[in-house]
Amino acid sequence: MSIISRGFRRRRVADAPPDRVPPGQYVIRDFPVLSAGPTPHTPLEQWDFSIVGEIDEPRRWTWEEFRALPSQEVTRDIHCVTKWSKLDTVWQGVSVDTLLDGVDTSAEYVVQYSDGGYTTNLPLEDVTGGKAWVAFAYDGEPLHSEHGGPARMLVPHLYFWKSAKWVRGLRLQTWDEPGFWETNGYHNYGDPWREQRYWGD
Amino acid sequence: MAGTAVLGRLTWQAAQVVDVVVETRHVKTITFNVPDWRGHRAGQHVDIRLTAEDGYQAERSYSIASAPDGSRLELTVVRIDDGEVSPYLTDELQRGDQIELRGPIGGYFVWEPSQGGPLLLVAGGSGIAPLMAMIRLRATAGSDAQTRLLFSSRSWDDIIYRSELDQLNGEDSGLCTP
Repeated sequence: MSIISRGFRRRRVADAPPDRVPPGQYVIRDFPVLSAGPTPHTPLEQWDFSIVGEIDEPRRWTWEEFRALPSQEVTRDIHCVTKWSKLDTVWQGVSVDTLLDGVDTSAEYVVQYSDGGYTTNLPLEDVTGGKAWVAFAYDGEPLHSEHGGPARMLVPHLYFWKSAKWVRGLRLQTWDEPGFWETNGYHNYGDPWREQRYWGD
Repeated sequence: MAGTAVLGRLTWQAAQVVDVVVETRHVKTITFNVPDWRGHRAGQHVDIRLTAEDGYQAERSYSIASAPDGSRLELTVVRIDDGEVSPYLTDELQRGDQIELRGPIGGYFVWEPSQGGPLLLVAGGSGIAPLMAMIRLRATAGSDAQTRLLFSSRSWDDIIYRSELDQLNGEDSGLCTP
């Protein structure tokens, strides 16, 4: 039974259908920047993207090779564990399905790893089947470094810490390995619709 | 795949307002008593939840500004004029009222006296709150970790915790707040 706060009432206009906003979230229009460390600035000529781990032949793309891959424009709602949600964000990115095309792996988990040392883990099935992208543009512009450029993960069905900024690769693993926030009190999976914010949720 | 529970769920707990202090024109510090509080580390935060009479709920996160102190917690809240939760916390909430909160949350941005120093703490506005928890813990624990606070405020009158910082600065050569 919740405690009723005398005099408290909804002040925000319902600016989205309830089925668009997960429990405990509110809709914002700006795009907050939250980082656990400094913003890396890797020159594009030094940038590459790799698939490593449980894979016969590791894959690697230079920036030019990566940008030559087929990409998609996707419009998705995103949900940050700090409680903001942003609706209808427009990204351009390469589907993880494209990157994993033809890969035969026994891995069931994947770790995203980034410049600066950030990692985040998730089941492999959460980045396949049209659920995840390596995004390089936001709102029609090259992805700004403060939002994770030159490229970041986009896994919009999970809280947004599961979409690593400055991503440099995916490590396929047969075991689950909690990443940065997952070892610092945040939920291992992070489904916003089940409000899986913290350990034990 | 729902992941594995590592700890028990952080359940919502009743928190009773025991004090409200005006910090600046826009900022108040609210002290809560949370009977079953499991303790926190300096730098951690809580989620609070307000429920309206029609069942509407809003959640927000606030840093804990107080050093660990039994069942007592201080949250420092800036009133955002067109906000939904902060005007309620700063204008409506009175001593004796209860709200719900859960925590403590976050295991990364924390400091323990055993980690020592030196510490360089940099804050703008209400961003000082989690750093104040560290500064207060440093004082209560008798830590001599060299600590420097760089704190930006919009004006002299907007400096949160000004008198306490002046006092700490005056009595402790290891703490510098230029």
